[in-house]
Amino acid sequence: MRRYKFEENVFKILMIGSTVIVLASLVLILGAILWRGLPALSLEMITQTPKGGYYLGKEGGILNAIVGSLYLAGGATILSLVISLPIALYLQLYVKRTHYAELVRLSLDVLWGVPSIVYGAFGFTLMVWLGMRASLLGGIIALALLELPIMVRAMDEAIALIPTALKEASYAVGATRLETATRVIVRQNAAGLLTALLLAFGRGIGDAASVLFTAGYTDRLPNSLFSPAASLPLAVFFQLGTPFPAVQERAYASAVVLTVIVLVISLASRRLSKRLTKHVIQ
Amino acid sequence: MQEILAPLARPKRPRPWSGSSIGLSRRQKDQWAARFTALLATGTIVLVPLIAVALLWRALPILAAKPLTELLFSTTWHPLKGSFGFLPFIMGTLWVTIGAMTIAVPLSLLTAFYLAEYASPQIRALTKPLIDLLAGIPSVIYGIWGILIIVPVVERYVAPTLSYWLGFIPLFHSDNPTGYGVLAGSVVLAVMVFPVIIAVTDEVLRAVPRSLREASLALGATRWQTIKHVVLRHALAGVIAAVVLGFSRAFGETMAILMVVGNVAQVPTSIFDAAYPLPALIANNYGEMMSVPLYDAALLGAALILLLVVLAFNLASRLLLLRLIPRH
Repeated sequence: MRRYKFEENVFKILMIGSTVIVLASLVLILGAILWRGLPALSLEMITQTPKGGYYLGKEGGILNAIVGSLYLAGGATILSLVISLPIALYLQLYVKRTHYAELVRLSLDVLWGVPSIVYGAFGFTLMVWLGMRASLLGGIIALALLELPIMVRAMDEAIALIPTALKEASYAVGATRLETATRVIVRQNAAGLLTALLLAFGRGIGDAASVLFTAGYTDRLPNSLFSPAASLPLAVFFQLGTPFPAVQERAYASAVVLTVIVLVISLASRRLSKRLTKHVIQ
Repeated sequence: MQEILAPLARPKRPRPWSGSSIGLSRRQKDQWAARFTALLATGTIVLVPLIAVALLWRALPILAAKPLTELLFSTTWHPLKGSFGFLPFIMGTLWVTIGAMTIAVPLSLLTAFYLAEYASPQIRALTKPLIDLLAGIPSVIYGIWGILIIVPVVERYVAPTLSYWLGFIPLFHSDNPTGYGVLAGSVVLAVMVFPVIIAVTDEVLRAVPRSLREASLALGATRWQTIKHVVLRHALAGVIAAVVLGFSRAFGETMAILMVVGNVAQVPTSIFDAAYPLPALIANNYGEMMSVPLYDAALLGAALILLLVVLAFNLASRLLLLRLIPRH
């Protein structure tokens, strides 16, 4: 008996220890970024584009990357929404649990696992085929592909939580599936859909490997869909790659900007989903 | 009387979705919507093969010019001289991924067991969002963290100590003066994989019926005995699927690993050696690949290898999970 108690305690300590290590790594990451990045962060950095000699340590900021990233992730999220919402509604209202629906879900899960560098390479191949150059549009397409499985699966799961009675009530008064989808499901589920949107946006804004090939990099603000666009993750990466300590400091500051954006989105989606579900019929 | 009845006689305004506005009945609209959404859904099924075919199409020139065995098993990588041996990169990927899994699997499984079996609802409610947050951190941020914390620690403490005491074992021998290498890459990757393995394992464990646990506890088994003999036996396939999923995530990770792994095209023999994983190869050389013959074909071929490996692992794991976790 004592031996069993001993084993129980040993494993309990191991489990708690592991949980502490996992949580500590989060604290360490955020702590390290803030500790090195905050001192280097200034108003100038987030309100100006790079001036001449910026990458040698002269003045300027990373506004090009902030705006570029918002355009890229925003555009990708909108494009992805246009494709994702119909698919999610189709899965839940039209086919629900058939083999075909399961096949679509399986391929979405597999797409979720495809590395972002592969999306970048595929986007690049598409662009070569279409004769496009590195541009905002190219980046948006690659990121939209990356966001698609995340968004559809999140929406799919959110819609699944809507009570069946509600759908049946809608059908009972004679509504078609399409009318049920647009007037009942989407409205009842605004919170779930918005959470899915934010989740995808957060993933999109942090991804570097897929925009590396497709969106290019520029010091100017993008002024059309066909001009190249800078992005925050790449700004971090490129500034860190320079041999000048002053520029590397700015990479840390850019990392803080990126981290704060991602954290705010994550918290906002949590808060929103709580608030919007308050009045939903359960 | 006429005036009072007038509003009733007014024809109804067509609503955006109501039938007559574009000449379709409500039922027809519903059917067209079904066709349109079905088409989009089919698009997602086609997308994976489409990506593979597109990459294969771009990689064909090098597959035609070089035998596959040379590409996969040659260690010389000189694009300018026309030699493209992928072996150092494939081995680099394997070293870093296996290293990451060695660290991540025990830690994430123990954490998932704790959260699913021991933790109070309050602790769960506090911990789960934090682990989700870990999943949402961009990979460049992980990379910076690796450069700021992990690389210096490896360089100053881990490498000197381990190679001093255990240097006679080739695995721990260090002749790399910097901390950039397999070990640093593995640690960073491990932390990135934590949330994947924990989330999936947690889901698998929660799908184990409560009555099984209760039966075991009622017989006088301790909680750990219940986990070991009852829960784990029931959930083993799912736990393996979670690990495989984590493996495929680690296999394709690019930016974070690129920043800490050293990027030297060699087959590593020790955990302190620099390595050069496949994704890093693609990301590092995209700029010059159009100017050297066959270079772009080689890099897109590397992307194809990456895709196929990840696809195989992912598909296996998902099919396994599909049978274990019932969907809503």
